[in-house]
Amino acid sequence: MKTYGGKALINALEREGVDTVFGLPGGAILPVYDPLLESSMRHVLVRHEQGAGHMAQGYAQATGKPGVAMVTSGPAATNIVTPLADAYLDSVPMVAITGQVAFASIGTDAFQECDTTGITMAVTKHNFLVSKAEDIPQVIHDAFHIATTGRPGPVLVDIPKDIVDEFNPNSAMTDYVPDSHDLPGYHLDPEPDVSLLAEAADMILASERPVIYAGGGILKARAAQALRALAELTDIHVVTTLMCRGGFPDDHPLALGMPGMHGTFSAVTAMQEADLLIALGSRFDDRVTGKLDGFAPHAKIIHVDVDAAELNKVRPANVAIQADAKLAIEGLISALVAKGAPDAQAERSAWKSKVSGWLENYPLTYDPQEPGEGLKPQQIIEDISAASPDDTIVTSGVGQHQMWASQFWTYNNPYTWINSGGLGTMGFAIPAAIGAKVGMPDRTVWAIDGDGCFQMTAQELITASVENIPIKVAILNNSYLGMVRQWQEMFYDERYSEVRQSETIPNYKMWAESMGCVGIRVDDYDEVGDAIAQANEINDRPVVIDFRTEWTEKVFPMVPSGKTNTDVMVHPSQPHDEKGRAL
Amino acid sequence: MAANDNLHTLVVRVENKPGVLARISGLFARRGFNINSLAVAPAIDEKFSRITIVVDVESAPLDQIVKQLYKLINVVDIRSLAPTEAVERELMVVTVQTEDFAGVRALVEQYDATWLIDSHGKAMLSISNYPDTIEEFEEKLTPFNIIEVQRTGKIALIALDDYPQI
Repeated sequence: MKTYGGKALINALEREGVDTVFGLPGGAILPVYDPLLESSMRHVLVRHEQGAGHMAQGYAQATGKPGVAMVTSGPAATNIVTPLADAYLDSVPMVAITGQVAFASIGTDAFQECDTTGITMAVTKHNFLVSKAEDIPQVIHDAFHIATTGRPGPVLVDIPKDIVDEFNPNSAMTDYVPDSHDLPGYHLDPEPDVSLLAEAADMILASERPVIYAGGGILKARAAQALRALAELTDIHVVTTLMCRGGFPDDHPLALGMPGMHGTFSAVTAMQEADLLIALGSRFDDRVTGKLDGFAPHAKIIHVDVDAAELNKVRPANVAIQADAKLAIEGLISALVAKGAPDAQAERSAWKSKVSGWLENYPLTYDPQEPGEGLKPQQIIEDISAASPDDTIVTSGVGQHQMWASQFWTYNNPYTWINSGGLGTMGFAIPAAIGAKVGMPDRTVWAIDGDGCFQMTAQELITASVENIPIKVAILNNSYLGMVRQWQEMFYDERYSEVRQSETIPNYKMWAESMGCVGIRVDDYDEVGDAIAQANEINDRPVVIDFRTEWTEKVFPMVPSGKTNTDVMVHPSQPHDEKGRAL
Repeated sequence: MAANDNLHTLVVRVENKPGVLARISGLFARRGFNINSLAVAPAIDEKFSRITIVVDVESAPLDQIVKQLYKLINVVDIRSLAPTEAVERELMVVTVQTEDFAGVRALVEQYDATWLIDSHGKAMLSISNYPDTIEEFEEKLTPFNIIEVQRTGKIALIALDDYPQI
């Protein structure tokens, strides 16, 4: 069919099953926005291109489908670099379409020109600069394939204006449906090696102190059920990293919660004392391992990852299996059963009782709410969690509130926790929540945010109001850049440098209302329950609750930076030595 | 260059597309891998290019360098070549300024180099040989006052016994 590049691009996106595009038009991408008018795809008009990127990420993580963002050239492209970097570190499938100056003008410092593919090379799984209109269908097909397969990630497609502009002869082309991929260097290898699985099964059966270390790959591979089957077959405890919260039910007796710098004492300590770590889709991130040479010193390692480069990158594995996590776990279960699991397992009762002791003596905790004090942020999160449906989707920004939201919300379902794990992007919560709500309109979506983060991307609440995307935002407002303040208190001798925000400015309630949201301010604990109930009932617009929280609260447990996980400091109300370590 | 156990030769076949070299050099830069030398040219099938990269495996394990390279979508295949599996060559062009052309000519003969041109007491020579031999030739030329030198970096083909993967 005779057509032009802009229309072919829209057709190609529709063929990939795209139902929503998050974006903002501008000069170079303008010719694509014209045929968009006839498309069945929904376009969500953002207020800042960073918002489009994080919305695409939120959409992708909630639905499992690739998120799509479309923005113009130059400053719009640079504004979306942060979400690309975020999606790259957290392996989020997304496709970003950026406008570019006319192909012949590239390199002339034309208006709104930047070297988008050059700039984003280091923060994308792959990117394309399309030179001819006729390449558009193939490139879009390849871009979605790359973004969604293997280890997922962001792919950027940079499209010069002349090849999409109906009125430019360079855009003339015949549309077609690509029947294959033109990617000679891209090979998928998701199948686990059976002999390695057998070796891993032997290690599991022989282990007296095994721990499953489940990472984001569990969710990417849609392997939560398989993980549960493995844990239950072998009766092995599971830690779920920040990227895997919800990948194993928090209320399961084998759940130890989150490991790492602010992980539960039980998760951190079980890994330290384990004789075997079964790492499934996890990458031994520094926030998990603490000081590497003191991490899990007695543990042999079984490491499963679909990305071969993660194997033996940080911690050498005794058995390294390059495979899709779901296929590997299913294969492991078969191998274990064939070898007589669970009866053939080593005696583990001493270990089990040790773990039970840690769970009992050092649970996550905080000082109770006292009259006259600021609100306890942990309590607010527990209250929202208890008052909201079990399948509520939670997003967060980055900082103390993120750690509390990971710790004190009970995640029993996969794809209910969406945050910026690797890059640690402040301001992630609101746009990610919007994207998640667009993808899952029937689900309740709460953004747990901090006041610092809120101020970075709050303008997207205008998008949410105008586009009728009724998310709920809880600002845990301590008027501080709280995590930095915590570090300054603990490691910089209480010398507080540039962490105090204003208690009075902005007026969050009025700000929310001016953006079309319901705005609520809560100072006293008596009002918390009503405010949450009100927010959960409102479904025709976004709600923002400004919870005035206690600024002295700190996140515990904590492994001080540069220390080994054995030095994990427990909550001060729990029995501890002079260094804050559990007794 | 003197034989160095930390240097390893990779022959990388990539799609012949704009920006591929930038992807490779960018990867090495951001992951802290060191390139000792790099030579690139189109392959027989012009859809592909062959890149010979000599990497410093002290900066990162070879295994990690190869795996990260493979993650680049445009990298089609990689052959890691031990010295016994490869026929290696390097080209050097050098200009000397000397009164003693006879001495230079003797070296050219000895090393099977080529006398390209001479003028006003300067002579330009070229040599194609094993990197170690080139190293030796350059050392011997030093007394003849080298005023400019350019080496290509090593290129390598798989030894005939191991033929043909790339």
